[in-house]
This record gives sequence, structure tokens and C-alpha cells, in this order.
Amino acid sequence: MSTSEAHGAEGAPAAEEPGVNTGRRYFLIASTTAVGGVGVVGAAIPFVKAWMPSAKAKALGAPIRIDIAKLRPGEILGPIPAWRGQPVFVIYRGDASVAALESATEDLADPDSENAEMQPDYARNPWRSRRPEIGVYLGLCTHLGCSPKYYGEIQPETFDANWQGGFFCPCHGSRFDLAGRVVKAVPAPDNLPVPPHFFETEDVIVIGLDEDTA
Amino acid sequence: MAETDTRAPGRLTRFVAWLDARMPLTETIEYHATKYYAPKNFNFWYYFGVLGIVVLVIQLLSGLWLTMSYVPSGDGAFASVEYIMRDVEYGWLIRYLHSTGASAFFLVVYLHMFRALAYGSYRAPRELLWLIGMAIYLVLMAEGFFGYVLTWGNMSFWAAQVIVSLVGAIPIIGPDLMEWVRGDYGMSGITLNRFFALHVVLLPLALVGLVFLHIVALHHVGSNNPEGVDIKKHKDAQGVPLDGIPFHPYYTVHDLMATIGFLILFCAIVFFAPEMFGYFIEKPNFEEADPLKTPEHIAPVWYYTPFYAMLRATTFPLFGLSAKFWGLIVMAAAIVIPAILPWLDRSRVRSIRYRGALSKLMLAMLVVSFIVLGYLGTIPPSPTATALAQVFTVLYFAYFLLMPWYSRVDKTKPVPDRIP
Repeated sequence: MSTSEAHGAEGAPAAEEPGVNTGRRYFLIASTTAVGGVGVVGAAIPFVKAWMPSAKAKALGAPIRIDIAKLRPGEILGPIPAWRGQPVFVIYRGDASVAALESATEDLADPDSENAEMQPDYARNPWRSRRPEIGVYLGLCTHLGCSPKYYGEIQPETFDANWQGGFFCPCHGSRFDLAGRVVKAVPAPDNLPVPPHFFETEDVIVIGLDEDTA
Repeated sequence: MAETDTRAPGRLTRFVAWLDARMPLTETIEYHATKYYAPKNFNFWYYFGVLGIVVLVIQLLSGLWLTMSYVPSGDGAFASVEYIMRDVEYGWLIRYLHSTGASAFFLVVYLHMFRALAYGSYRAPRELLWLIGMAIYLVLMAEGFFGYVLTWGNMSFWAAQVIVSLVGAIPIIGPDLMEWVRGDYGMSGITLNRFFALHVVLLPLALVGLVFLHIVALHHVGSNNPEGVDIKKHKDAQGVPLDGIPFHPYYTVHDLMATIGFLILFCAIVFFAPEMFGYFIEKPNFEEADPLKTPEHIAPVWYYTPFYAMLRATTFPLFGLSAKFWGLIVMAAAIVIPAILPWLDRSRVRSIRYRGALSKLMLAMLVVSFIVLGYLGTIPPSPTATALAQVFTVLYFAYFLLMPWYSRVDKTKPVPDRIP
């Protein structure tokens, strides 16, 4: 055990060992590691996939219908658990509020809905909706997902003396106008998302689907 | 070893010898306790390492018991916590031990970290010890967060919503990653269930493993001390440091006293103020989680509020990236930046006792910033609070980022060769 040969075989670097094909040894180490690595990645796939929304969660995320027959100007329907368990705001804007949306946009971070991810194309207009008076928005602040509160009246509020109506997030103070457009210099980076939706009849909105895909 | 002893060895001695032949029992006890020589001048600040272990044991034990009655589902979680509080024999006590233990854990760890900052304990040769400690801190933060979600009160729900949304701030992959983390399109029972698995299985295992490594690394390099003097430089003929005393019995007894004192305070809180006026258990958490109703004011538990204040203070986009993403970066950086301290500190001395006024001022500023930010993180957002938080965020980072400069130019006093 303590002979020099035995010591050499155990302790010396491979490159100095006589009778050892170091090139082949490194190739075998590298190829075994590579194949083993592929196996580890393959085995990890089911574990990673198991964290994706399950079939049940997907089924619960199906589109839903909302009846707005009783909604009046200035009122809000919501937050209601309309789509995928997320709060949805359906608001009926009065004429003065609709007019306010079309002017006074210099305080807004993205008045023209240039971030295409935040709404379908049919909602890229000053009121960010299919109909100027009816707005449909996901009630989740784009900052960190709190649910903003509806302050629909055009009147001074504690957080803004010149308030034109809109949403105020109690968590971090982000403000949105009545079209869900975010005000500049608040924590939220984007406008409130508009979920895919369409009017099935005059008074029934389907949320979760666009008309053309329905 | 028993050659000189003429008596026959007793039963116990023979049993220990039998064990020692099969595992390194006596050797380990000697290495880690009876022949582990710690500096003789440990002070008050050196209690918090052992108190961390005490709290860890409290958490493991009370947590195990809570698991026996808790139901990790969206429908059952909140009710099962109430069941534990009202119907399980001494369930209230076990839960309050666990909830108070969480706050105690962070208090003890923050004081333990402050000690390391003050006495330069992170410096060579203890860099790895410090890094393992930072890993413990990160795991502890995750553990505290997941545990907080499990009660499924409304504040738990919305705090989780806020924290998980941070993942969504990562450019490009954020939204998909967020869905993957939650396993649903919003926070739901599915998310709760996986957080439960992480909280009771994966993270405690990681925590115990890291604490083990922390102690092994500590005993390999030896403890620092308030003087920052290396006690291994002066040893007697047997190789025992002249300024060291065996950990057992000297420090075991010493730490036992600290443990008793700690437990008195701990029990006082558990029995008389377990909610700590809304700081340990927040009022909205007595309502069940409601995905449609955000509490009026969201704030995390006190031990996260300094970092939460920094997140909220980041209100402007930069380099084409959103304020939200920068908030995430600032918060994450604030949490992990202490990890690089060993490489930022250029001072000639370890301990604050031998550093100049500048270093003392900077450390004091860090402590003040941390406390002020901690307070700002608990109050509702306002322009004044945001501006203050921005100032103190800069001061917090200044302690770390300016250290290579001020630690080098600052005057130092001569360090004695041995512990005075």
C-alpha cells in the first residue's frame, strides 16, 4: 500500500500517469457529464411543468358574461371576480367624464395606449374601450397588483386637488384616470389592462374573449 | 489512552469507546465544545448567534405541531388557523410561539449582523462564514414570507400578491414566470398549497443545512471578538490560544443565562402582546383573504419594511426600464449588498473600537437609515414619506458603496497584540 507505485497511481495528476490515455479519459468524463446533464434536464421537466396552471385552474379561467343593464352613468360594477378570479371594473362614464378623457392628457404617462400589451387594438383610443361610455378594466394596479379604488366624481380629493375622476391605489399611491390611464410619476408603470371582451348584446359583455375569436 | 488507569473501565467508558471506534463522537465534542477555544472577551453582542439557534428550535418544534392541524387549501387555511386558535388544546400557545418566533428570529439575526458589522467579523478569514450567514438570511426571508402567506388572512393574501407581482417586473419573462410561480392566473389556493410545501419542507431543510455549515465554518476559522484581535497568534505549549477559553463549560453556561433572559422576554410577548399592536400580526389578517378587496393600507411585517420602503421610493423609470423593475432591483440589491462587505472594507483594523470617527459615523448612519426606512415602510404612501425614503435609501447604500473609500482614509488606532 505504501509502495511508490501505489502512491503514484492514487495521488499523482492523471497527465503524469504512465499507460493512461488522458485524451480518452477526458473525452469519457466530458461525454458522461454531458449525457448525464441531458438526463438531469429531462428529469427536471416534469417538476418544472408541475408548477404550471393545472387543467382545473385553466378551466376556472374560462370567459364569463356580465349584464350591465342596470349600470347608470357615474357608476361602477365591480370589483367583480369576472375573469380568472381577478377583479374587473366595468364603469359607465358620464358625458363630462368622456369629454375630460379626450382633453387634458399632459399628466398621463401613456395617453395614447402605445404599450400594445395593455389592451386589445380595439381599445387603443382616448377612452380605452369599445364604447366611449362603457369601460372594462382589470382592477389590478400595474405596480404590484393591488386593487385600486374607484373615485368617479370630478371633485378635489386628498391625493389630488384637481381630480378628474379615476382610480387611486391605496397601496402605493398610483393614480389612473377614468380610462385606466396611469398618471406620470407614480409607482405604476402602465395603464390598467383591458381584458379581451365584446358586447354579445346591447347589455351583455363577454370577458375573456374577443369577438373575432368567439 | 487507558494504559495508565489500573481500574477496569466502567460501562459508560466502554460504551463511549465502542461508539468512538465507530463514529467520531468524542473527537467531535472536543472539536466543537470542550476544546474549541473562543476569545475570552465576548460581550452582550455575542449572545445573538446562540439565540438564533434557540429560536430556530422553537420554530421547528412549534411549526411541526402547527402542521398537524393546519389545512393548506384556499378554502380551509383561514378556518384551520382559527381552529388551531380556538379548538386545539393549547393551539393558541403553539401558534403564538411560532408567530412571535418569526419576529424574534429576525430581531436576533439583525442584531447578530450588526455585531458582525461593528466588529468586522465578516473580514478575512471569515468571508465564507459571512456568505453562509447571508444565505441563511435570504432563506429566512423567504421562509418568513411563505409562512406569513399561510394564514390566508387578507393582508397575507395581498402582501403575497404584491411580492409575487415583483417577479412580473422582470423584463420579457416576467408575466409567464409569475404565472408559473402562482400556478394560476391570480393568487389562489394552488399558490398557497405550494408555498406550504416550500415553507415546511424545502426551506427548513435548507435552513438547518446552512446553519450546520455556518457553525462548521465558524469553528474552523475561530470566532472574532470585540477587539478584532486574532487570538490564534499567541498559543501556549499545548497549542491553546492564551486569550481563549473552552466553549464548554465557559460559554455554554454563559449562553444558558442569555437563553433564560431571552425566553423571559419572549414569553412575556407571547402571553401579553402576541400581536404586538399590529406589528407582529396585522389587523387585516383577522379577515379571510379576499381577492376583490385590497386592505386600505398594505404593509409587510416589520422585518421587511426597510426594504419595502426602498421599493416604494423607486418611482422613476431609467434607461428604458420601468420604475417597477428598478424598484425590484433596488430592493434586491439592498438585501444582498452586505454579502460583498468583505471585499469593500479596506480598513487596516477589524473592530469599530480601533476605527476613526468616519467609520463610526457611517455605521451610525446605516443603523439610523435602516430604522427610519423600517418606519417609513409601515406608514401609508405620501409625497413626504417617499422623499424621505429616497434620501435614506441613498444613505443606506452609501454605507456600502463608499466603504472602499472611507474605510481606507479613516484614521485608525493601534490594535494591541493580545486582548487587553
